[in-house]
Amino acid sequence: MIRHLLSGADLDADTATLVLDTAAEMATVAGREVKKLPALRGRTVVNLFYEDSTRTRISFEAAAKRLSADVINFSAKGSSVAKGESLKDTALTLQAMGADAVVVRHPASGAPHRLADWVDGSVVNAGDGTHEHPTQALLDAYTMRSRLGRLAGLHVAIVGDVLHSRVARSNVLLLTTLGAKVTLVGPPTLIPVDIATALAPGIDVSYDLDTVAPGVDVVMMLRVQRERMSDSYFPSAREYARRYGLDGPRMRRLPEHAIVMHPGPMNRGMEITPEVADSPRSTIVEQVANGVSVRMAVLYLLLGGNNR
Amino acid sequence: MAYPPAAHSSPPRQPSVKVILAAADVSRVVDRIAHQILEKTQGAADTVLLGIPTRGVPLARRLAARISTFEDVTVPVGVLDITLYRDDLRRHATRAVGPTDLPSGGIDGRRVVLVDDVLFSGRTVRAALDALSDVGRPASVQLAVLVDRGHRQLPIRADYVGKNIPTALAENVKVTLAETDGADEVKLYGGSPA
Repeated sequence: MIRHLLSGADLDADTATLVLDTAAEMATVAGREVKKLPALRGRTVVNLFYEDSTRTRISFEAAAKRLSADVINFSAKGSSVAKGESLKDTALTLQAMGADAVVVRHPASGAPHRLADWVDGSVVNAGDGTHEHPTQALLDAYTMRSRLGRLAGLHVAIVGDVLHSRVARSNVLLLTTLGAKVTLVGPPTLIPVDIATALAPGIDVSYDLDTVAPGVDVVMMLRVQRERMSDSYFPSAREYARRYGLDGPRMRRLPEHAIVMHPGPMNRGMEITPEVADSPRSTIVEQVANGVSVRMAVLYLLLGGNNR
Repeated sequence: MAYPPAAHSSPPRQPSVKVILAAADVSRVVDRIAHQILEKTQGAADTVLLGIPTRGVPLARRLAARISTFEDVTVPVGVLDITLYRDDLRRHATRAVGPTDLPSGGIDGRRVVLVDDVLFSGRTVRAALDALSDVGRPASVQLAVLVDRGHRQLPIRADYVGKNIPTALAENVKVTLAETDGADEVKLYGGSPA
């Protein structure tokens, strides 16, 4: 097993499948009376969050606690980071406290990679800048597999702000590893074609959602990340929603079995309408539940044994 | 410099292998345990068999099949994976977690018979008892094993034993079953040459 989970590319097909299979076993714990396993008793997991996050942090916290690990939550606000402490010094502090794993979210792409050099424990990337978010990709893959029964051969359209999306990047890497076909859809300004197609072999790019829609098994809508946009990438929110948003009529043109995903948080009315988000095809709430199981699997596989 | 082959010293030691139970013996032993379970549980009333992976699972299924042949009762069979409850997780590379599959009726208030192939240190059974208490509250728990090889490290004993095999710690007992390994056999490895 690998020591850190920094990128969707860290996982080969066998390891990724092992994570998904382990997650399926972890999911059964959620249905039990005692929702706790003793596997990580006595281990310490630090949630190091330099960016606001609710679902990812809570999801990792729930996952670690269900495995009986001790959890320390660290958010940059109200910590020494506000006084100017560097990432390295914070890392060394965590190291001195004996963290067995550090789950890190950071606005700078690559921060978890640096952190992995400084600490002895395992580092899990919980989102770094516009780079990667591998556990999100794993939970998306898990959700697709549990809804559609397989991953190999699925056609997945990832729609929207690919340029700023770490979710898209990790998903492209993981899904192609697992044999799915990925098409990136969005306005030309938000799809870096050279980079996107170089990420993995066989990536398609389209600027027209309506031509792609009838042939897909999964539509993954990305959030329009206004906080990361310094320039205007499209003329207006209305035009974006018109061309790349998923509304009822567009959803009905998808194949009957196709599912609609969104990593959250949603901009309802922008990339997805409430009708679609709340429809039975939407897996948005499932994705959150699956997130805990997948993160339990990741923490167990990284920390459960002696992998040094 | 490489050493010359030790041709003139004592003949190379073959690790001795002794067949303790052949296929027909395994079958008889399973029959007997099935009878004993019926006897001790008043005809397997309210009883659930839980196999401990890997080889406890086919053994549990066989016991249930024999019980239903002998007395025409259906005993629910399940699988109890104990990986996450082991006390040696940190001594090995991460172990893959297997499925736990409880019978639809659950185990609350039932008599659970844990089934495993070899009883040795007792640590697996300890883990199984912990796992059991997290998935329900059985009325009572019993233990059935194909082979008891001794060397207990915990105060645990089996209610049904197929065969007691006195062993030295250095020896190794290996159970193979048709379902998992292609053939039924119990072998003792590495004993002093008889």
